[in-house]
Formats: sequence, structure tokens, C-alpha cells
Amino acid sequence: MKLDFEHRQSAHCESGVTSSLLSKISNNKITEPLAFGIGAGLFFCYIPLIKINNGPAIAFRTFPGLIFKRTCNALGIPVKRKKFGSKEKAEAFLNDVLQSGQPVGCQVGVYYLSYFPREYRFHFNAHNLIVFGKEEDRYLISDPVMETVTSLSSYELERVRFAKGALAPKGQIYYPESNAAITDERMARAIIKGIKNNVNQMLRIPGNFAGVKGIRYTGVKIKKWRDKLGLQKAGSYLAQLVRMQEEIGTGGGGFRYIYAAFLQEAHAYVPKDELLEISKLFTQAGDLWRDAAVQASGIYKGRLGSQEDFDRMGDYLVKIAELEKRAFTALKNIKWN
Amino acid sequence: MKKENVPQDMGALGKITKEVCYATDSSGKYVKELSSGWNVKTDALDVAWKDVDERIAKAREKVLNNEASPLLFFMEYRLMDLSILSDYTGFWKWQIKRHLDPEVFKRLSEKKLQKYAEAFNVKADDIKTMTVHEA
Repeated sequence: MKLDFEHRQSAHCESGVTSSLLSKISNNKITEPLAFGIGAGLFFCYIPLIKINNGPAIAFRTFPGLIFKRTCNALGIPVKRKKFGSKEKAEAFLNDVLQSGQPVGCQVGVYYLSYFPREYRFHFNAHNLIVFGKEEDRYLISDPVMETVTSLSSYELERVRFAKGALAPKGQIYYPESNAAITDERMARAIIKGIKNNVNQMLRIPGNFAGVKGIRYTGVKIKKWRDKLGLQKAGSYLAQLVRMQEEIGTGGGGFRYIYAAFLQEAHAYVPKDELLEISKLFTQAGDLWRDAAVQASGIYKGRLGSQEDFDRMGDYLVKIAELEKRAFTALKNIKWN
Repeated sequence: MKKENVPQDMGALGKITKEVCYATDSSGKYVKELSSGWNVKTDALDVAWKDVDERIAKAREKVLNNEASPLLFFMEYRLMDLSILSDYTGFWKWQIKRHLDPEVFKRLSEKKLQKYAEAFNVKADDIKTMTVHEA
């Protein structure tokens, strides 16, 4: 069985899955940047107390699952989402939904994802892919970060659906439950809601660790890493920062370019010229993040290593924090009516 | 980032698939552009794996010196900490800590060893000899 489904490669897994699952209902209106923006995907967070793979816990995007949820919510699309205690029930349910003609989004862990190169397999449990059919023992898979479709045996799929550790997927699957068309007016309202959500997330979130304040906080911390951690460990920490920022489906520049693309596309539905101007600020932010990555690589490659080099690295983030604060404040100040 | 500046260095992922980047064209409009990788991030990934390899080597040393059971080697090899391994096997963390003792490990039942084998995706016999078959 192979459902009528068109694979689309995207930068980021969850916004890619969202845009693909909604492609039919939305008549291809929901592109990846629109899904990312309506889902208020842009974020920053650094939690010093938690370690991931022996490095700092840093995120450039919002919590897993939220993009799909918020996008469907804002567009008024009912969502079916289900987790499972039993592997057998999880597979039976998946088969039933496929049988009914519905492609299904799955949350999976990448560690045992067989088609990923080994270098990319960490215990990261918030990857997303779409199952769109089954031929004999193999499930047909559309993984948004891959150029082409692929497949997994039922054992392989079960293993990644029931990956263990932080954010364990527990077989979670999700799909939209409506086929009602989405009007342009509805799109405009969803876009505005998404922007407001993202403004709150970056400007108003309490505490030092998240939002634009979190970026500044991280910048200040980085300057102390050399003395506190030693050169080698500080280098590993910076490498982890760069990986979270550039790697594994970010679209480059810590998702800032996707967000800039979103604001451009949003302009077609909400003709406020400010959006185009603010989009340029996010492009600048993305460029600065990449300049910072180059500086970081100098350190973890061993080319740089003085305290001044760490100060420069930290200053990049302080500068980015100011820029993003300006950008989000400008978004906040748009008069929508 | 301008379209023409999207890096095309060959990375680990680049051998299997190119990845989507968002970049601006000559009129400033965002388009999707494929990238085969960027040295800056390839290097970051290399740093992460170098750290992992060092920990694996240290673990192997410890096992050979009889300071830890082979489980430690496989935990590092599979990038698993106590809580991930505990989730995969169903053992409590304190049980795993006990099993990390070489003497306790030697007396481990076949059934328990099998659970570890499944979690590490290796054969039970290979755990004892620290043998890995895949690249």
C-alpha cells in the first residue's frame, strides 16, 4: 500500500512534517517557513544545569511538538495525537490509519535510525518523519531532511518509535483530522497569532536562561568558559553550541534564516511593509550567528585560544541579543488593524 | 546569507543527502538552496566524536584493568548514560551501577545479559569480549 503523497525536502524536521501533512488541506499554501513561523518556532534557551552528550543544553527552537500543535491550532485544524504503552498496539494503530488513507507523522529517536550516517546518530528523540505506506515488511518513509524517500523494516521503525531517554517518543504519532479548506483570511489570522506568540517567547519569558535575555546570558558565560572549563572542554562546549545552531535541520544560522523567510512569505497574506524590513534584521542575526560560529571554530580547531578570543566570541552573542531584541520589539509594535 | 554564499564543503551528511538552507537571491527574496556541508560544522561534529572516542578508549582501558565491567565500554560506545540505559533495559540505575563492577558482572544471568545485548544492539557473547561488528 502506497498512499498518494508527495515528498518534500525541508530544512527542519518538524516544520517540514507539518507543512507536508497539511499540504493537501492547504493546497500547498503552508510552506515550511510558514509552518515554522505560525508555530512560533524561533527560540533560544541555555540551561546550565543540564548536560546533553556531556555538553551544554542549548536550543535554538521551541520545544518539540509545539510547532505542529500551534500551527494546526492557529489554523483551526483538529489534530489526532496518540502515545502508546504497547509496541503491538502502536503498530496496529499506525496500520489502521494508513489503511484509512492518511499519511502519519511520527516522533522518533535518531540513534538507531538506520538510514542516517553514523556521525549523526546521537540520542536525540525529537526527530520527526512521515510514514506514507507499507510494502511487505517495509514502511515507506518521507524524512523531511532527506532528499528522497526511504524505508524502514517494521522492526527498525518500532525501534526508533520506542527509542528511550529524554523526550522518549513512546510511539507518538499525529496527523490532521480535517479536510476543510484553509482560507487566506484564516492564514492571515494564524500568521499574526504566530508572530505574537514568538514575540512573547523571546521577549517576555521569565528568567535569564531563555529568549533574547538567554542569548546575552550565554554570551556573558562564554567569556568565563576559558578559565572555568579549560581550553579543551571550552572548545567542546563551543562545538556543541555550533552543532545545535547549524546542524540537523536548522536551515542555517540557528533557524534565523527560516524565520526571515517566514516574514517575507507572511507579507503576501498580511501586507504590512514592516514585515519585509524586520525580515532583514533576522537575516542579519543569522549572518551574525554564522560569524560567531566561525569564531567558535577557530577556538575548537585550536587556531584561537586567548581570553580575548573568548571575549570576542561572547560579544557576538551579546550583539545578537541586542539585534534580536530590536527585531522582536519591532514585530511587537506592528499595528495589525 | 546570500544564495551564492551557501557553503558547499563535503560533510558526513553530504555523502548521503544534501541539506536545505534558506538564503536570499539577487533581489533579496528567500529561496531554498541545497548545501553539501560546511567545514565549520563538520569540525564541530568531529570535536564531539573525538570526545566520544576518548571516552570509549578510557572505558576500554578500565575494563582491561578490571576496574569496570564491559558494560562501561558499551555505554560509552552507544553514548548511553545511566538513565538512558536504565530506560532501555528496565533495570534501576543502582542495579546498573552494581553490574558495572566486574565481579558482579561475571555472575550476571543470561537473561539479564540478554537485556543489555538488546539495548546495545549486539550479541550477548560480544559484550563479554567488547567486540563490535559494525563500522
